[in-house]
Amino acid sequence: MNELENRRHNQRLGLGLFAVYLLLYVGFMLLCAFAPAVMELRPMGGLNLALLYGFGLIIAAVVLAMIYGGLCRVAPPPADAADAADAADAADAGKADGKEAEQEA
Amino acid sequence: MIYEFSYATVSIFLAFVVATVGLSFYMGRKATSSAGFFAAHGQIPWFVNGIAFAGDYLSAASFLGICGMIAAYGYDGFLYSIGYLAGWIVALFVIAEPMKRLGKFTFADALDAKFNSPGIKLAAGISTLAVSLFYLIPQMVGAGTLIQPLMGLPYWAGVVMVGAVVIVIVITAGMVSTTWVQFLKGSLLVIFSLVLTVMVLARGFSVAEGGVDGYALQTIGPLTAEQLSKPSIAGREVLPRADGWDEHALVRLRDDDGGYSVFSINEVDGAYRLLEAQAVTSGDGPTLVGGVPKGEGEGERLLHPVGHVTRLPGDAQQTGPLGPLEFFNVLHDSELVLWGEQTVRHASGDKTVVYFQKPTDGSRVLRPGEHPKFAGIRGEASAGSAKLIRDRVNFLSLMLALFCGTASLPHILIRYYTVKDGAAARKSTIVGIASIGFFYVLTLYLGLGAMTSGALDVQSNNMAAPLLARSISQLLFAIISAIAFTTVLGTVSGLILASSGAVAHDLLSGYCKIQMTDAQQVRVAKFAAVAVGAIAILLGIWFEKMNVSYLVGWAFSVAASANLPALVMLLFWNGTTRQGVISSVIVGMTSSLGWILLSSDTYKQVYGIDPELAIAPFTQPGIVTIPLAFLTLIVVSKLTAQPRDE
Repeated sequence: MNELENRRHNQRLGLGLFAVYLLLYVGFMLLCAFAPAVMELRPMGGLNLALLYGFGLIIAAVVLAMIYGGLCRVAPPPADAADAADAADAADAGKADGKEAEQEA
Repeated sequence: MIYEFSYATVSIFLAFVVATVGLSFYMGRKATSSAGFFAAHGQIPWFVNGIAFAGDYLSAASFLGICGMIAAYGYDGFLYSIGYLAGWIVALFVIAEPMKRLGKFTFADALDAKFNSPGIKLAAGISTLAVSLFYLIPQMVGAGTLIQPLMGLPYWAGVVMVGAVVIVIVITAGMVSTTWVQFLKGSLLVIFSLVLTVMVLARGFSVAEGGVDGYALQTIGPLTAEQLSKPSIAGREVLPRADGWDEHALVRLRDDDGGYSVFSINEVDGAYRLLEAQAVTSGDGPTLVGGVPKGEGEGERLLHPVGHVTRLPGDAQQTGPLGPLEFFNVLHDSELVLWGEQTVRHASGDKTVVYFQKPTDGSRVLRPGEHPKFAGIRGEASAGSAKLIRDRVNFLSLMLALFCGTASLPHILIRYYTVKDGAAARKSTIVGIASIGFFYVLTLYLGLGAMTSGALDVQSNNMAAPLLARSISQLLFAIISAIAFTTVLGTVSGLILASSGAVAHDLLSGYCKIQMTDAQQVRVAKFAAVAVGAIAILLGIWFEKMNVSYLVGWAFSVAASANLPALVMLLFWNGTTRQGVISSVIVGMTSSLGWILLSSDTYKQVYGIDPELAIAPFTQPGIVTIPLAFLTLIVVSKLTAQPRDE
């Protein structure tokens, strides 16, 4: 019933978090490739930026994954079976549409 | 000496392997239908599947390759860790749930869910096979290199052993037992890496003059240029600088046993210091070390294990136990010795490889750009701006391929079908990311620990992690080697399963439309598994000399170019057509493969011809071929789009 809505919500959430991580990753790559001297600065606790940013990326991946897991919407258990059936129907319908379109061609 | 055969080591090793494989048989004894064989009935608990993701992913290349690369070059190896993990973000946020929703057994199922076209099945099946085979080669090479020193068996025996064990695992129980092997090995790998890291931190650093064999490397000098050109240095006769030796900054001094000691010449402000190096001559005759036969007997020599710290902050002799952050701080302010190599070619066709000391500041191994391939990003390349640009493009291209490759590896994708629904697929990916991320943090400690352990093999850095364990205890060495071996077993079985699925499910049943009952399909898949396993054994023997991480880079580039564009566009663009998907997979696969075959690395390492002749301008294809596959899909889809009547 609201399976499709959940799916949309999850997809939007996923793409949003993906964009956040992509920014971090691209920033890291560009710094490495074009401003390597910046990576040698030691801003915190004697660790250089290369280590901090590198560990940061790994931690960010885990944290974002957890946020995603926490915020994803899941259909309530009792409605689960019905929703699954709906989803299957929808998928079948989609497939049938696709086939028709091909035949029209 | 570096490797020694011991019954205790071998029996622990065998016990580990037998226990892991046996347990997985017991767990996976009930997989007879195709749903069981390919997808473990979709009944694997999400947590187990998550750790199994880690097991699938942390292949021999991750464990042996990354640790080895960090041990040899420092931070540059860690770049691989970062890229490999980043790829999981694509897998989780973009691919996981739709993949589970659309497919049944294989990657082709998901691509084809909308169109039901034999063409897509064919293209996706072939790309699955291609990527799996490329990924299989480095695993087999890893197995061979591991068995060789551990059990005293020849290289090919290791490859055949892995192949045989894996084929047995796959044909008896398919995905169920494969998953349990992966689960066990994934947990063991993370746990023992943690144990090893704790021991490295507890040991701290200490200043040494050489490796763990107790041999102190000689240093002569400082000398003047005049002293250097005399026929004897420090009372020892200088051997003639001829027959290839004249082309290198090396000096050989005669030893009493008939051999020689070789030194590299290091110049600082007009004063010359000679640092002892190690020379291995190979050719038609027996292998020579320092001019005498290699061996343990009288009048023979072995290579010394290497990797030591020469100065600690405050000129301390040792640090004692260190905290996890202190570890980097101390290393940053220390000096240590890395090893480089140069090859001396003789008139007889023999060659001598000289491994020489590179005194290095600790700060240099904790920043990107120490690896010769990446040196250009630091702007220190001597070859001028062309190399600088090429190195940067190469670097960005590699990081892009790692980012996009993970989510398109077939043996990772099929793992989404072993759980019951999208939510379980999501949860297991999160568990996978957490355990893989944790492991990759440990790789930096293990690699840097190995770099300073004094136990490294100067000829190959693939064994860095096991040798680090050996410098701590023989027992740990046996365990770590056994885990590395089961790592290979697990990853290879996942890959063989993915390829057999591609053959039986996609190519024969999907493309050729051969009608098969469920049981027949499983039987065909098992035959395919045996065939793919046999091919993998042959390729593994064939590619013995190839660098493991280099081959993995190939697989990632091909997977990212062939599979990811089609998968992503299918999910997010309604205008995608059947023809668009097919052409994108084919263009992505052939362009990236072609690029690799025409690149300078392949010229040098595979064909053995001058890398300057290579047609491809740089070695990593991803930055060109991934966008190319996207573009192909969009253009072909636009051309073949049907006008929609609303």
